[in-house]
Amino acid sequence: MGSQSFSDALGVDYGALAPLLIVLGGACVSVLLEAVLPRVRRRSVQLVFSLAVVVVALAAVIIRATSGAGDVVVLAGSLSVDAPGLFLWGTLLALAVPSVLMLADRSVEPGGVFVADPEALAEAQERVGAGSLRSTSSGLPSGTGTDTHGVVGRRGGAGPEPTTPPEMHTEIFPFVLFALGGMLAFSAANDLLTMFVALEVLSLPLYLLCGLARRRRLLSQEAAVKYFLLGAFASAFFLYGVALLYGYAGSVRLADIAASAAGPLRSDALLFAGLALLVVGLMFKASVGPFHTWTPDVYQGAPTPVTAFMAACTKVAAFGAILRVFTVAFGTTALEWRGVLWAVAIASMVIGTVLGITQTDLKRMVAYSSVAHAGFILIGCLAITPAGLSGTLFYLLAYGFTTIAILGLVSLVRSGDGEAGHLSGYAGLAQRSPVVAAALSFCLLALAGVPLTSGFTAKFAVFSAGLADGMAPLVIVGLVCSAIAAFFYLRVIVLMYFSDPAPDGPTVSLPGPMTTVAITLGVAVTLLLGVLPTAALEWAGAGTFLG
Amino acid sequence: MSALVIVLVLLPLVGATVCGVLVKGGRDATARSAGFAVSLVELVLVAVIWGLFDPSAPTRFQGESSVEWIPAFGVSFALGLDGIALAMIALLAVLVPIVIAYTSFTRAAERFPDGPDGEPRGAGGFVALMLSLQGVLVALFAATDVFVFYVMFEVMLVPMYFIIGRFGGARRQYAAVKFFLYSFLGGLIMLGSVIGIYVASGTRLGAATFDWAELQRLAAQLPESTQIFLFLGFFAAFAIKAPLVPLHTWLPDAGAQAPIGGGVILVGVLDKVGVFGFLRYCLPLFPLASQTLAPLVLVLSVIGVLYGALLAAMQTDMKRFVSYTSIAHFGFIGLGIFAFSQQSVAGSALYMVNHGISTAMLFLVVGMLAARGGSTQIADYGGVGKIAPVLAGLFLVAGLTTLSLPGTNSFVSEFLVLLGSWPREPVYTVIATVGIIFAALYVLWVYQRTMTGPLRGEAVVGGGPGAATARALAGGPGFSDTVDTDPPDATRRARFGDLSGREIGVLAPLVLLIFLLGFFPQPVLDVINPAVSATMSEVGVADPVGPNGVAR
Repeated sequence: MGSQSFSDALGVDYGALAPLLIVLGGACVSVLLEAVLPRVRRRSVQLVFSLAVVVVALAAVIIRATSGAGDVVVLAGSLSVDAPGLFLWGTLLALAVPSVLMLADRSVEPGGVFVADPEALAEAQERVGAGSLRSTSSGLPSGTGTDTHGVVGRRGGAGPEPTTPPEMHTEIFPFVLFALGGMLAFSAANDLLTMFVALEVLSLPLYLLCGLARRRRLLSQEAAVKYFLLGAFASAFFLYGVALLYGYAGSVRLADIAASAAGPLRSDALLFAGLALLVVGLMFKASVGPFHTWTPDVYQGAPTPVTAFMAACTKVAAFGAILRVFTVAFGTTALEWRGVLWAVAIASMVIGTVLGITQTDLKRMVAYSSVAHAGFILIGCLAITPAGLSGTLFYLLAYGFTTIAILGLVSLVRSGDGEAGHLSGYAGLAQRSPVVAAALSFCLLALAGVPLTSGFTAKFAVFSAGLADGMAPLVIVGLVCSAIAAFFYLRVIVLMYFSDPAPDGPTVSLPGPMTTVAITLGVAVTLLLGVLPTAALEWAGAGTFLG
Repeated sequence: MSALVIVLVLLPLVGATVCGVLVKGGRDATARSAGFAVSLVELVLVAVIWGLFDPSAPTRFQGESSVEWIPAFGVSFALGLDGIALAMIALLAVLVPIVIAYTSFTRAAERFPDGPDGEPRGAGGFVALMLSLQGVLVALFAATDVFVFYVMFEVMLVPMYFIIGRFGGARRQYAAVKFFLYSFLGGLIMLGSVIGIYVASGTRLGAATFDWAELQRLAAQLPESTQIFLFLGFFAAFAIKAPLVPLHTWLPDAGAQAPIGGGVILVGVLDKVGVFGFLRYCLPLFPLASQTLAPLVLVLSVIGVLYGALLAAMQTDMKRFVSYTSIAHFGFIGLGIFAFSQQSVAGSALYMVNHGISTAMLFLVVGMLAARGGSTQIADYGGVGKIAPVLAGLFLVAGLTTLSLPGTNSFVSEFLVLLGSWPREPVYTVIATVGIIFAALYVLWVYQRTMTGPLRGEAVVGGGPGAATARALAGGPGFSDTVDTDPPDATRRARFGDLSGREIGVLAPLVLLIFLLGFFPQPVLDVINPAVSATMSEVGVADPVGPNGVAR
């Protein structure tokens, strides 16, 4: 808002900022808890605290959204709390609840994904009969998520006296809260520098989380390194784009860029070069093809709960930012750059679909499916209309919950050494575990876009917005890709229902209450948004971005 | 009446849920009985609605009801019946109890593939899936909102997919996936058009809507170029579903691999959604495009008539044979619809009902034969009429109604189609008439090979302890085709006998309907005709046939 006086802008509207402040404040407190609490109590306290933070923040968003308080720009114009922003915040926080539950779950595999020392745990389990488990004071390094040499160090230091291993890496809770805070800021950022800072705040904890798996560590660490290196490149692109845009507009504020573009005639080279670089950075985070190359490796290598958190929440945050940048900063020049992004959207849909067919690992398949879905979502982003905005927001909500449910279910199907990622492990699953198979089938049908699931409603919303805005070719490509993609979703269902199980096939873990809640929530929302999407659609269409 | 229509949709769905719960509880027999009871209640309900339906009512739809569903998209869960929809729902209501009875109370279920415990899968799950399919199909036929129609169009794939995939023949996985993917692809192409017409209604009517009546009013404003694109989207889905010839390849696979009961509903009713879609959506919503593109559809239809007939004659598998005869019949239905005369369209609508009955009969008889011989290969049978005269007789009835012998139901509709198509499309009519001759050929040939002559074939006399002797007796160059006498004691060695009372009971209603509708089609025509007239006026083509039935 160019006309807003400076003093107004400086005044901090705590009501509007509450969710963000709660999450970031909670993250700081969580770090302190990590330092002061005895190790045995950390997990339960951290879990309850993190959940409480997320829920309270979600409540704050809902209160803000229903109070009828107007859209405001806060903190000297660096953050914009408007109706779509609130919807994005609500989506992020709602998705964070099942994510946190899955991260904390220890029922699916012994000690949880983030058990600090699986070998020691295994030893301790063997010794369970020998003595009571007591807490240890062996000087293990704590609070260092990058402690990748922990096993070696500890083995040396453990000495002859048997010690009970610590429960799990509880650092993941502050990481998640910081990442979540970064996502909230990212999707609400009203200037490009804030957006960049938020991007880093959300990315760094994610890099660490990816590398924290204690089983199949090499895969996990490789994923983290790959994600980090490529992410750093993407950040650099983003920053270079910001610099060029600053050169063009003399401001990093989104609305100022739009105003400059509409202003007196000058060379657009800086504007579009800046946009191109900016888009590379943003598309990377949203895993839109052809900037998707990290996606399959990271999805596969990261611990599954982290994959779920990343797949659902990062996508929401990144597309939230993309929507805001396109609408507020570049809405006036859309005609000139949209053609390029058509190509990106088509590339993303085709790459995701075609490569998805060739995958034999379910997590990689979900990764490529997410690339295809990113292309669909991009159609909604490119339609710079209220319908496109609400359709995209709805799509993000629907897709997030379905993905969390799918990855939760994937984590349950286990063979000897970990998750049975390979598709052949799913043969005959319906006979071993009909409920898991039914839930997974339902979610896969949702990804395919069968009516009465949220996937269909979302696709309909996005495609109709695209068609109304004159993007018929894109919509047709989208529909064809949906049809092709149905093949690989269906292949899994065929395996689960119509094939005979292998005798030494994987087992299905009985999920503990936390994973159960997370999966149930995902499936229920998928069904609800498919059958009765009205409330969510109305909220998504409640307003437009505030420039 | 509107309340009854809603009950009509909900009852099978509730029944399916109950059956599903019973099957989960291990009470398969109870589930089957409960499902059968539900399907009978549904039939009674349809009869009541048929009685309440007023053919002379001035409105396009009767028993309308509408509940707001997704206001953001202008979608209402709107139901209403016209004559054609009612006829299709009635057909479904007749076939479902027959299929359930056949599957649950005869030997049919023995043919189901083994479940995880090594036992054949119980029929209870099949019954539950069948009832859910019925609920979805009723909603589909009764939908007066394009979005609801689309949703049902896609959702109906799911129960059918599981019916084929869980209860089908040896290659059921392949067939189920092929069926799903073909239909899903068609559905997505249609989704493009559904979105297109929605967007067009938004720009031209002010508020975007899916209401069928509103969209029909929109038709007058849409330029032909737009209509053609939208028409093609709908047409692709319906042509795959119907199926018209280049898009038909999924049907023989699905028809051959589906369990008999599934095949009856698949070919008898589910495929009718395609031609129903032509009548309810393509013609009224895109009248200009329908007229412009009619030659395309007519060519495909006539090709279907001949190609389906030829391939039917060449089949070695009886279930594939039934599927190909259907492709030929769908050609006739397409011809009638796109010939745009009151008689031909009414004939097509009637054909939709009659073909359902004929195919059901043929499928069931084939199923009963296959349940005895353990094979669906034509070559495995011969001279069955000697050991199972009732089965052979009913096979003949089914065959004769398939080839449209006068006096059977199909004749009336086929005759109406040809009579009504002649004034406007003489060339296509003449070519399609040739198909009738082919029909006689393929039906009688199959009958001759399986039912008449001496006892022969693996399934009839072979396979058992006396197989080697049977082959020795039958062997040699002068094999029994030319010999009109049975090998000695062949009758004693025959592996199966005639139909049981239950099986005859399953077929009896169909036989009754075949002859009833063959001689008195008027009650159905009375219900269909108003909807046909309305469709004709929506297309805006003058009827080429005068009131006295003579071409102008």
